[in-house]
Amino acid sequence: MTMPNNPQEPFSIEQFYKFLSQGKLMAGKCLKCGKIHLPPRPLCNNCYDTQFEWTPITNKGTLLTYTVIHIAPTQFQNLTPYAIGIIELDNDLKIPGIIQDLPIEQLQIGMTLTIVAVSDCNTPPPQTWPQWSKYCLKP
Amino acid sequence: MLNGKPLVSIVSAGMSKFQKHEGLLAREIFTLAAQEAFRRCPNLEPKRDIKTMFIGHMGEAYEHQGHMGAIIADWTGLLGIPATRCEAACGSSGAALRAGIYAVMSGLADVVMVGGVEKMTNRTTAEVTEYLAMASDYPFEQYHGITFPGLFALMAARHMHDYGTKEEHFAMAAVKNHYNASLNPKAHMQKEITLETVMQSRYVAWPLKLYDCSLVTDGASCIVLTKPELAAKYTDNPVHIVGSGQASDSIGLYERKTFTSLLSTKTAAKTAYEMAQLSPQDIDLAEVHDCFTSAELVAYEDLGFCKPGESGKLLENNQTRIDGCIAVNTSGGLKAKGHPVGATGTAQAYEIYLQLTGQAERRQVKDAKIGLTHNVGGSGATAAVHIYRSAQ
Repeated sequence: MTMPNNPQEPFSIEQFYKFLSQGKLMAGKCLKCGKIHLPPRPLCNNCYDTQFEWTPITNKGTLLTYTVIHIAPTQFQNLTPYAIGIIELDNDLKIPGIIQDLPIEQLQIGMTLTIVAVSDCNTPPPQTWPQWSKYCLKP
Repeated sequence: MLNGKPLVSIVSAGMSKFQKHEGLLAREIFTLAAQEAFRRCPNLEPKRDIKTMFIGHMGEAYEHQGHMGAIIADWTGLLGIPATRCEAACGSSGAALRAGIYAVMSGLADVVMVGGVEKMTNRTTAEVTEYLAMASDYPFEQYHGITFPGLFALMAARHMHDYGTKEEHFAMAAVKNHYNASLNPKAHMQKEITLETVMQSRYVAWPLKLYDCSLVTDGASCIVLTKPELAAKYTDNPVHIVGSGQASDSIGLYERKTFTSLLSTKTAAKTAYEMAQLSPQDIDLAEVHDCFTSAELVAYEDLGFCKPGESGKLLENNQTRIDGCIAVNTSGGLKAKGHPVGATGTAQAYEIYLQLTGQAERRQVKDAKIGLTHNVGGSGATAAVHIYRSAQ
């Protein structure tokens, strides 16, 4: 017998960001087939079950690829040039993000980066939904 | 199994020039493509014959205008017919073409117009960057400042890491496509460029530079499809579509197993090749989705024109030029012909139609019999591959 999902912590992207603002990197694990979803989702795309549990993910990962953005949309223009990377976590999970506190010339595929919740990524907080927290990838 | 039998036949095609169409709305630009398609096919009576329309159009933001299907039906004098907008980002009109094939093969419509249109040049670079990013994942990509060139740069960087591909290889695709565009009076860019021009241009998203990026432009394109058995009623020189594949993949690049290949392209290509009973070696020419030069290299590999990692060599050896063993992007591609996103898929079909009916003039591929189009939406969440055979 499994516990029903806690309606206070739905398996949603918004809840993922809520946990992240508390310093927790959490994924949704399907209780039926065991597939781990990052981001979480309310319907397992493997077995169609709807019962999940939150499972913590190590916040360290390996840099799989990166780029340096020079031309940015309006709300990110004050950050240019900025680096973006995709890191691989445990269980083949991957997540992209802005890389901070690392000189661009030191970026290297294969290096270890850590996901850090940040209150301020130098971008103005959005005025409308979604007002999710931000995170960055740091050495 | 269809075993290489024609699914539908193209009996006419039209395309506006790709350029800044100052002061013209999307609907007005589309009339330029439609006029040409009507003029090319005197036996076609549009109001009598065309029963359904599918129009690729990506963005409401450019003109603050949605609902493009009905608008285009009106502006082409076809008001009353079912007309639906198809949206799959930059793959919108590739998806519209696929929808048109469904319509004809279902028997619900004997003659169908499929096309696409986008008006983009009325917006600033920052605005266009923002609108194009809508083709990618919002909560994990756009939200963190990942741009559309950025996603393709992430793929290009990993390709360089895994296979030793150089920025010069990407530049070679740009040089080739600009040369081809100089032979295409409808291409936005009309001038050849040198490798140095590409290499010295500024970075947009490392390792991609300004000259690795396709052009923001305005344009429209369309083709007219019918049942193969009805084609002779309209023309003695149709082009048959013998293979059609479309596939989806995760919207987020980060969720995919590999960054050096698009699974959606591979899946769509496999379906299309099997349907056509053809293999990559049979293809004489292809229009591939070079929204960035690096994407053209990846397309060579995913479509089976070479092995994974060997696309740079194909360019080094000039094998994809108009006189090469497989001519790629004879139109100039998205890179130099221009990429009015919603119009791109059927503009690719337009080029193949011209080539396989011997009407490509200065850029005509000799003895072209089999063509292929490859249209991608977003960073690869959609891909459509179609295979064409000349009737001659």
